[in-house]
Amino acid sequence: MLCDVCKCNDATVFLTQILEGKMQKVNLCDACSKEKGVQDPTGFALADLLLGIGAAEEIEKGAPSQKCPVCGFTQADFKKTGRLGCSVCYVTFAEGLGGLLKAMHKGTEHVGKLPQRAHREIELGDRMRALTDDLEKAVAAENYESAAALRDQIKQLEHEKAI
Amino acid sequence: MRFSNVMATGGEWLRGEGPHHQIVISSRVRLARNLRQRAFPGWAKKAERTQILELIKPRVEELPEMQDSFSELLQDLSALEKQVLVERHLISREHAAKSVGSAVIMNRRQTLSIMVNEEDHLRMQSIRSGLQLKSAFKLVDKVDSTLEAKLDFAYDARLGYLTACPTNVGTGMRASAMLHLPGLVLSEMINQVIQAVNKIGLAVRGLYGEGTEAMGNLFQISNQTTLGEKEDEIINRLSKVIETIIEKEHDARQMLIQKKSNTLWDQIGRAYGVLTFAHAMTSKEALNLLSIIKLGVDLGAFPEDRRLPIDELFIDTQPAHLQKSSQQKLNAEERDHLRAQIIRERLRVFPKPDISKVARESENGSIPEPQNNE
Repeated sequence: MLCDVCKCNDATVFLTQILEGKMQKVNLCDACSKEKGVQDPTGFALADLLLGIGAAEEIEKGAPSQKCPVCGFTQADFKKTGRLGCSVCYVTFAEGLGGLLKAMHKGTEHVGKLPQRAHREIELGDRMRALTDDLEKAVAAENYESAAALRDQIKQLEHEKAI
Repeated sequence: MRFSNVMATGGEWLRGEGPHHQIVISSRVRLARNLRQRAFPGWAKKAERTQILELIKPRVEELPEMQDSFSELLQDLSALEKQVLVERHLISREHAAKSVGSAVIMNRRQTLSIMVNEEDHLRMQSIRSGLQLKSAFKLVDKVDSTLEAKLDFAYDARLGYLTACPTNVGTGMRASAMLHLPGLVLSEMINQVIQAVNKIGLAVRGLYGEGTEAMGNLFQISNQTTLGEKEDEIINRLSKVIETIIEKEHDARQMLIQKKSNTLWDQIGRAYGVLTFAHAMTSKEALNLLSIIKLGVDLGAFPEDRRLPIDELFIDTQPAHLQKSSQQKLNAEERDHLRAQIIRERLRVFPKPDISKVARESENGSIPEPQNNE
């Protein structure tokens, strides 16, 4: 088996980390394991290692020659720095990042704190979807009176959203 | 507040209080936040970085928590001053390397420090003495909630807070505790503990974080993942693991007293001898020997009122603190001499280790337990 980092020497160090029942494996040759500080248990974290090895390849899969429309960041830049260019990069490179985040973290969805603003946006979005559904149903049932009322409510909501 | 004030007053966390303070030196929680649709600091051009800094800095300075704060642009701090802040864990080593377009703002008590344009636009950190991860989180969470009303933070409904490095995405939170574990090191059980901690997805690092050596038997334990788990769940999980490690450390100390007492007294005696009489000492040697003396205080071999001077030496003998307090730039050799001199002076009134006291306590089966101040 070849080393995951240099891909030329035989792997002699096999690392396994179990995170919430999910197994992650990395195979390294002697030289690379020393270089990555794997043999020094205090300096080693598998996530850092995974980030260094597979990150750029993962991103390439999703967006072969894509450039972030906001900051102009490319996959080559990610390969160089291991960091993204701006928050929109998460959308631009979403496909490739998905696998990387999955390997790196406990879950794939955020369950913690969000800004108050986000809760409002999510709530408004839910209400908007419900109203649009009702409107479609009302139109299909040729119930134009309630359709008109629903359209007014949607307008009102759009106004609220814009604030 | 000026830098000289920062230097003169030790941070609150250096005082050695809080639950389990004998073993847990400090607890830290940091949150990473970024502005929406703006290039992250590492990718932004100088002009944009400066613009972002000008947006963020006034909002941070007007926080009620930041009254009478210390607020400086990184280019206005000398290399030595930056290093002092690193040694106090108030800024990161990465931040110390920054200049134009970056800033640090911290409160008077040095329990809250906010870095602008480190790896992310905002890195907000709270640091407390002892095992107080929950209260550290509470403070930094409150500051975050105040700031989010004034600054447009980047987030995604599915991915949470968006950060420059994908390893921080989600909560953007890193919670960590600095542990003093001489018992586990002396009894050669530390590697087992580190491996076990790594296996459950937590990271163990040296004194100054990523890639640094474990000196003075000091270890930092932190969460490694930030996505898919709530903030308080992460903190609870980490706290439980730390409490288990504290138990293991106490077990190891008891085992040393009962089965390897000769080695233990030899270590304490030697540390006392070298610290009291040496005329040249590197910071690594100083930390390692001070760690053994601190263990001696914990075990009762030195009186309890000697704890503070030892804790202070841990930080005062660090290279930048040494030079800043002597107000001169020193080369390594001069530093080693000055360090030994300061330690000798502070230990002049230090009594010899009284091993009989520890032996008596261990016969009664009552090793001094950690005091819980919470």
